Amino acid sequence: MSDFGAALKAARPRAVAALRRFAGNLDAAEDAFQDAAERALTAWREQGLPDNPTGWLITAGRNRLIDAARKAGREVQGDAPEQSHEDLEPTALDDDLLRLVFTCCHSALAVEHQVALTLKVIAGLSSADVAQAFLVPVRTMEQRLARARKKLSDKGIPFAVPEAAELPNRLEAVLATVYLIFNQGYSARAGALVDSRTCEEAIWLARLLLRLFPGDTELMGLLALMLCHHARHASRQAPDGALIPLPRQDRSAWDGDLITEATALLRVALGRGRPGPYQTQAAIAALHCEAPDASATDWAQIAALYEILERQSPGPVVTINRAVALSEAGDTEKALAVLEQLDVSSLTDYTPYLVAHSTLRHRQGDAAAADALLRQALEASQHAAEREFLSQVLEERAQRADV
Amino acid sequence: MEYVMLIYNAEERWNALSEAEEARIMAGHFAINEKAQADGTFRSGNRLMDVAAATTVRNNDGKITVTDGPFAETKEQLGGYYIFEADDLDTIIGYASLLPHDDIGCVEIRPLYPETE
Repeated sequence: MSDFGAALKAARPRAVAALRRFAGNLDAAEDAFQDAAERALTAWREQGLPDNPTGWLITAGRNRLIDAARKAGREVQGDAPEQSHEDLEPTALDDDLLRLVFTCCHSALAVEHQVALTLKVIAGLSSADVAQAFLVPVRTMEQRLARARKKLSDKGIPFAVPEAAELPNRLEAVLATVYLIFNQGYSARAGALVDSRTCEEAIWLARLLLRLFPGDTELMGLLALMLCHHARHASRQAPDGALIPLPRQDRSAWDGDLITEATALLRVALGRGRPGPYQTQAAIAALHCEAPDASATDWAQIAALYEILERQSPGPVVTINRAVALSEAGDTEKALAVLEQLDVSSLTDYTPYLVAHSTLRHRQGDAAAADALLRQALEASQHAAEREFLSQVLEERAQRADV
Repeated sequence: MEYVMLIYNAEERWNALSEAEEARIMAGHFAINEKAQADGTFRSGNRLMDVAAATTVRNNDGKITVTDGPFAETKEQLGGYYIFEADDLDTIIGYASLLPHDDIGCVEIRPLYPETE
């Protein structure tokens, strides 16, 4: 990204938010920003980057709104039209940005609409880029965005920060949206296992939110969690596209800076004594990141954290992970007992369950049951890279059995 | 904007409420009335009689069919409504949140089309 491109990206959320306040609706605000951004690229090339790009863009966007309003014979809301916004500190615009975040992530919108609006309006991705992140045709994403915008106005979703009593609930929905965007980056696509750009957008959004909610421990936990995962993304895939599982990843290729940042953030969050599921998941991810090699992983601690996570946010995935951790810590019998608590009927084609169960049976010495489960997983798997990996494990087990 | 707030209840459950449960729900309605009157958003509202008192009418190309009962058998039935005029959805969600629902039912908020001049 050019310097100007980076400046535009950084300025966009607050500029669009301020313009939304003046314009009274999102469409006009985005058009005004788009126009201002085009002018900026010409002007900045001639005069250099202004001291306050956000203020520059707001002034330019607002002038356009005023022109459009005068032509239509309307008044423009907000302060005096002559006012320049270039003296404004970006933090003076935080209230507008908060309003914009809570508009895009309003619980009265379907999750797919929240996600699409957040990426388009706040992160500033093009419709084509949002479409690519969600593996849908551009036309589909354009229609989805149009429907989302129509819902904003039809339902009367306000450009407002929720009342204090509602805030925790509403912020939780915002964090869920950001994490969903991050996970979308991990949903497999042709060729690449990780769409790192989408992951980076989610991390960028979390950093933006952290400036607005610096004391929120779950937000810190979420950012730490995503940083830990993202630090490892380059090591997840072999040059031939095959999935590399955690124990076999080249740890020297992990991004140490991201891991340092994540663990520091997590330490601050945990120190505040307001635990939550994102912090617990981040703590687990951090333990993986901090182990110098796979055999040094503190599995007993990880199993204990999964037990906490089971209480904070119960679900089969958490239970499966707890069982795996228990077995890695040396207690395969207890791990199998934990797995047996699950309602297996709903997991017959869920590969993480099948793989975990197979591994535990293998460790227990029941090779026939282990192989049957792995074949079941191979049949259920939707990912080419995962199937490749599973067949490889089956083959390795067979070879070892021959010796 | 005008909004209608439709209140759905499982009638069987509703008719078997304990006195304490009923008092809690009524307190919720009083709170909505009080808040909306104070905000100046209250337009109207009422409780509907049981679906046993419902009559369904169909007009199929002039052929009128009148039947006893609601048009659809559902687990939860429309039991009452409010109409408010407010600036935004959050105001109405705020009113809806004053009503305890538990397992009895839920509330649906729908904007009304603006009156055309």
